[in-house]
Amino acid sequence: MTPAPEKTAMPTGKDIRQALLTGFWFMFLTFPLLVIKVHPIEQTVTWRWANMLWVGGLSAAVALACRLVAAHRAAGGERRRQEPDRAIAAPSQAFFLTPSRLVPLLAAVGLFFLVFPLLFSTYQVNIMTTALMYVVLGLGLNIVVGFAGLLDLGYVAFYAVGAYTYGLLHLHFGLGFWTALPIGGLLGALFGVLLGFPVLRLRGDYLAIVTLGFGEIIRLVLENWGDFSQGPSGIANIARPGLFGIEMSLETSLVYQYYLTIAMALLTIFVVNRLRNSRIGRAWFALREDDIACQAMGINKTAIKLTAFALGATWAAMAGVLFAAKTTFINPASFTFLESAIILCIVVLGGMGSIVGVVAAALILMLLPEYLRAVAEYRMLVFGAVLVLMMIVQPQGLIPRVRRTYTGSH
Amino acid sequence: MQPLLTVNDLTMDFGGIRAVDRVDLRLRPGEIVALIGPNGAGKTTLFNCLTGLHRPTGGDLVLAPPGRPQRNLNGLPPHRITAAGLARTFQNIRLFPHMTVLENVMVGRHCRTTSKVFGAIFRPEATVREERETVGMSLALLERIGLAEQADEWAANLPYGAQRRLEIARALATEPLLLLLDEPAAGMNPQETQELDALITSLRDDGLAILLIEHDMKLVMRLSDHIVVMDYGRKIAEGTPEEIRRHPAVIRAYLGEEEYGA
Amino acid sequence: MEYFFELLFSGLTRGSIYALIALGYTMVYGIIGLINFAHGEMYMIGAFTALIVSSVLTIYGLPLPAILVLTALAAAVWAGAYGFTVERLAYRPLRNAPRLAPLISAIGMSIFLQNYVLLAQTPDFVPFPTLIPEFAFLEPYGGIVGSSDLVILAVSTLVMAALTLLIKYTRIGKAMRATAQDQKMALLVGINVDRIISLTFVVGSALAAIGGLLIASHIGQINFAIGFLAGIKAFTAAVLGGIGSIPGAVLGSFVLGLTEAFATGYVSSDYEDVFAFSLLVLILIFRPAGLLGKAAVEKV
Repeated sequence: MTPAPEKTAMPTGKDIRQALLTGFWFMFLTFPLLVIKVHPIEQTVTWRWANMLWVGGLSAAVALACRLVAAHRAAGGERRRQEPDRAIAAPSQAFFLTPSRLVPLLAAVGLFFLVFPLLFSTYQVNIMTTALMYVVLGLGLNIVVGFAGLLDLGYVAFYAVGAYTYGLLHLHFGLGFWTALPIGGLLGALFGVLLGFPVLRLRGDYLAIVTLGFGEIIRLVLENWGDFSQGPSGIANIARPGLFGIEMSLETSLVYQYYLTIAMALLTIFVVNRLRNSRIGRAWFALREDDIACQAMGINKTAIKLTAFALGATWAAMAGVLFAAKTTFINPASFTFLESAIILCIVVLGGMGSIVGVVAAALILMLLPEYLRAVAEYRMLVFGAVLVLMMIVQPQGLIPRVRRTYTGSH
Repeated sequence: MQPLLTVNDLTMDFGGIRAVDRVDLRLRPGEIVALIGPNGAGKTTLFNCLTGLHRPTGGDLVLAPPGRPQRNLNGLPPHRITAAGLARTFQNIRLFPHMTVLENVMVGRHCRTTSKVFGAIFRPEATVREERETVGMSLALLERIGLAEQADEWAANLPYGAQRRLEIARALATEPLLLLLDEPAAGMNPQETQELDALITSLRDDGLAILLIEHDMKLVMRLSDHIVVMDYGRKIAEGTPEEIRRHPAVIRAYLGEEEYGA
Repeated sequence: MEYFFELLFSGLTRGSIYALIALGYTMVYGIIGLINFAHGEMYMIGAFTALIVSSVLTIYGLPLPAILVLTALAAAVWAGAYGFTVERLAYRPLRNAPRLAPLISAIGMSIFLQNYVLLAQTPDFVPFPTLIPEFAFLEPYGGIVGSSDLVILAVSTLVMAALTLLIKYTRIGKAMRATAQDQKMALLVGINVDRIISLTFVVGSALAAIGGLLIASHIGQINFAIGFLAGIKAFTAAVLGGIGSIPGAVLGSFVLGLTEAFATGYVSSDYEDVFAFSLLVLILIFRPAGLLGKAAVEKV
């Protein structure tokens, strides 16, 4: 639009006008909700005019920045546009990929996680355990969404299946964690296949909505079928994971759980990585990229979709068992759609199909609100914004999938 | 020689519209048959019926692989048809853009390999061997179509002509008996078309049967053993290139009133 | 028998609210093929705007009719503005992206807007002022039909009639239908497709806001999360009728509203929401084209 884009990023008069307009628009838009606050009981109104100034100023500034970036791109971006996918292998990533840099980096990260419980308080260890559980959940969902391209919005249902498997088995039969873990995983896989079957024929967006429906149905059943699940009051006093029947203090037990979750996360990374670089993994990617060409390559779409659902569900269910053991109390409120959305956010932020990205995103999204109290309040607001922004600015995620090379020439 | 593929009375209706109307077709191993006709004549629909993307309203598809019992392909899903030995390319290129060139070809090996989830996770000897073979064969195919250098490039980054060749390599990876090419020369420059010509000829010499939809008449006339002309879903003529060149119905329907020259 | 009529009216009331929301889903889907996951939030924002505006006006002592009109107007205007902004920010940049990208963006928008209202206003339920007066002539039938039921039915019928007129007979309506059928062609014949899409979001959001205002004054309390369930149910209704079809959305809404009312009235109210979700799942699986929709054929 702008004639002859300038080299320097000087805002033109038009840029400033547009930015101001945007500012005013957002001041108008947010006026009732952000400025006025009524107290219906006392029949009084608080006017928060400061909010309006903030919104106007910030949105104008952001709009101006966006316009400048866009102008800058237009000036120097012709070449880039012709090869859009070059961006996938970012140079910063290549820097860490040589073995001489990768090994010490991994060693340092490994050491940090190993000595973490020695350095920090139980409280911190507990937070880290939770974050690591989301690593497992994120990687599991990554199989379904990232690899196979099936947008599963009811992922939390399988998490619930695992948690309730352990909760109920413990309640009725006194079974321990280690027995419940494989049973939960298997039940998760079973549910994955059961719920996967009906949605096989569905198009991408319908599949998303149906899985959302399934997730909510499972939660509502758990809430209302009191005889089975004890309803909204949930199941309490679930045993923590044992270790050959050794008695443990609460603190030791929490540290033990931390290492257990680390082991689980490592196992997940290992398995998901192997799956990705396999015949099955390639079939998933093919399905995600183009389902018609995928079938034409002799891939059984049904089988490959069910495999993705089943494996994704297995990890969610095992994470669920771990969750029940960690919190010792479960109720349906832990398994809302919002939980699915959080896990989806981890996958989207990290990069669909990227393992390192998902691990990093899980840690960032779970730890940041814990350590930055200011962020905590805005946690869900930020999650929502992250989903939108990632789709628009960087759909391949923060740390995009690494290209696997076979010929050694790169 | 006995035909490899026999198509009898193939018919495809969409609602009230008949896109393919009682078409017969025979293909022998090592034979190139071209399918020509104006846009909208039903050529791609015919391809879709042959490869299982559409379920034909009527008709028979019989595949008779040399030395093996013949089988009926009616109503099989696409992946079973590919496994039976029919592989195709697409008119509007359908590669897997965010996979590497090599990975694209490796996907084609799917129906000829067997490792499952267990194999993927535990990597037993058999899986390792299978993976090595998959990579080896796929690289060999890339070598053959001249893309070995770009094996680790994203498929989306290849130039247009190379993408078309890659589609062929990917189809070849399924070890087909019959290769269906949907406008393989579309958008290619003369140099690329010539290379394509050589590739198709060498595939034919390997004993592959090839069914070709193409608008580049020079290429069609040079390559084909047999030409089938379609219009309004019907087969309006067939014969050798020489016969088609002179066929009055073809000249009328397809080439317009002008005589085919050049 | 009285119980039956009570349920009937309750079903019709629900149905007309669903219809007001479902219309937005179906119009947006018809025009850009997107499941606008954040549409339920327009309904919620409409209800909140109505609450705020009507409270302020009440405190400043305006007469009731003026309050009613201004509140409805404000709810529609601001929800429309939000719809417009959401489309510009979250969907327009993704118009040519893979199909799932705008859906994920829409989910993000939905979460963002819910939490925006939570932070800007309150996490708690807020009592909604009774805007609709009790009609004296309805007193003898008080057990069967309330005045708000009647108002909801009347208003939504009026609004739907206006929408039908808009789409059938105005230039804008024609442009909308043209854009829904073939965007490229619409562009070629000189329709400003971007503006039509924006307008669709504005109209859809305004309708949802009217729905939000009506239901809030009917039920008497709202919070930031009411949009999720209402959105899902309205979406169910839209799919039931055949997404993309405007009469379908209305029909689907009444079918859903009535079945819900009778099912909870005669069977059990515990599983009210399970019922809606199950219906959604079953339709999408067995008849994704809905009652009035056409099955789409994918082009190879």
